[in-house]
Amino acid sequence: MIPDLGKYADAVLWSYAASLGLLIALVALSVMRGRKVRAEMEKLEHRMSRNG
Amino acid sequence: MSIAAKANTLWEYANPRKFLATSERVLPFFWMTSFVCLVVGLIWGFFFTPDDYKQGSTVKIIYLHVPAALMAINCWLMMLATSLVWLVRRHHVSALAARAAAPIGIVMTLIALATGAIWGQPMWGTWWAWDPRLTAFLILFLFYLGYVALWEAIEDSDTAADLTSVLCLVGSVFALLSRYAVNFWNQGLHQGASVMRAAAVTGADTEEKVSNIYFYPLLVCIIGFVLLFIALVLYRTGTEIRARRIKALLARERLNG
Amino acid sequence: MIALLLRDLKLAFRAGGGFGLGLAFFLIVTVLVPFSVGPQSSLLSTIAPGVLWLGALLACLLSLDRLLALDWEDGSLDLLATAPLPLEAVVSIKALAHWITTGLPLVLAAPFLGVLLNLPVPGFFWLVISLLVGTPAMSVIGTFGAALTVGLKRGGLLLSLLVLPLYVPTLIFGAEVARRGATGMETQTPLLMLAGITAATIALLPFASAAVLRINLR
Repeated sequence: MIPDLGKYADAVLWSYAASLGLLIALVALSVMRGRKVRAEMEKLEHRMSRNG
Repeated sequence: MSIAAKANTLWEYANPRKFLATSERVLPFFWMTSFVCLVVGLIWGFFFTPDDYKQGSTVKIIYLHVPAALMAINCWLMMLATSLVWLVRRHHVSALAARAAAPIGIVMTLIALATGAIWGQPMWGTWWAWDPRLTAFLILFLFYLGYVALWEAIEDSDTAADLTSVLCLVGSVFALLSRYAVNFWNQGLHQGASVMRAAAVTGADTEEKVSNIYFYPLLVCIIGFVLLFIALVLYRTGTEIRARRIKALLARERLNG
Repeated sequence: MIALLLRDLKLAFRAGGGFGLGLAFFLIVTVLVPFSVGPQSSLLSTIAPGVLWLGALLACLLSLDRLLALDWEDGSLDLLATAPLPLEAVVSIKALAHWITTGLPLVLAAPFLGVLLNLPVPGFFWLVISLLVGTPAMSVIGTFGAALTVGLKRGGLLLSLLVLPLYVPTLIFGAEVARRGATGMETQTPLLMLAGITAATIALLPFASAAVLRINLR
């Protein structure tokens, strides 16, 4: 499955893990905050339109 | 000067709304293509390229290191451009895009530094060397931190946008200056080693030397990183626009009692 | 303009704090270094130029948050902004006052602290020269940082975070001059670069500082 990485396997795997981890964390945090803010705004707009 | 009163004029409103509508339409495209490019490029690079005769399998780190380093610099350039647009045209989306981009730049710089360190350990025998290029990236990282910290520290969003924009302009000049200063500094210390190392880290050098086998997957990865960056910036800018609107709505609500 | 400079100097002397504090800090940093790296005189004389430069830089940083904060709190900054004197001149004067009260004493104190660190004899001259050329840039850059953070409650830490990366080029060239001077190498190139940076920051950065201050006073 995983190709033979020789004696540098640790270095390669760690750098892939670290990079992908950071990227995924960035995307996840962005999306989570985006969802929260969007929901909050919609709630607020709804309330404002009802109250005039 | 209340935010609500300012936000009420049509011009201020029209552009963020149009931005939201447009970005909503194109975002799925960017998410999808960046995902596909990254998956294809990384799998291609990881599984289907041979080991380098000198670097062994660590050559595979290049598919993450080079695109991340490129994006770390391009991200700052983008922030510089949007800061200028904000200072000249007072275009809110522009300032918010700069704010949205900064954390992406931090992560890209971190990836570049981390993969560089992990690669440097077996290759140079050390995690960290005060090579001009590495040092310059570390300084860039500090600039990103200061920029984000200034955004977070200031309450009023227009003031924050103004101040961070000026900081971005001044910081760009000093970052460039530091780049040359650092070059000078290390060459002055140990000449031979830094030339060899600089050549080893330069993307250009590896790209020229290394044959197309490595170059094509690298290109796909770079495209993937660029698309991912665009998607993230669009998405995060949308979030910032909504956050700003929430603030404006709350301020108006308080004004009406 | 001279009246403003005199007023700032008088305030700094009367308040006492910033003036003596920077020097005391410089002294303490220099004294602490042998404790942390050991008392071997050969090692100390190697690192002396760099340590003295770093100490001077940090001492400079220490008094930055008071540079504009006092005038901001009592409202005299608003008066200065509406005065006929352009704000660019005001921030330049402020930077000059900061240099006279902080930078200049550091330059004068540096040789004495150099003795503590076994600085090689030829190094004294170059250390003083490099600090003399470099510290004005630190004051001007610091004024920019102080203008950025003037309205903030806890601006001090943020100020360091913003200003220190901007000090990098000055530190690199300044310490390089001192180090090369101490080991008897030619110092012309880094000294010229250092002078160039100082001249450019004095000429250009007040515009940025004034712009930032106007935004903060809005």
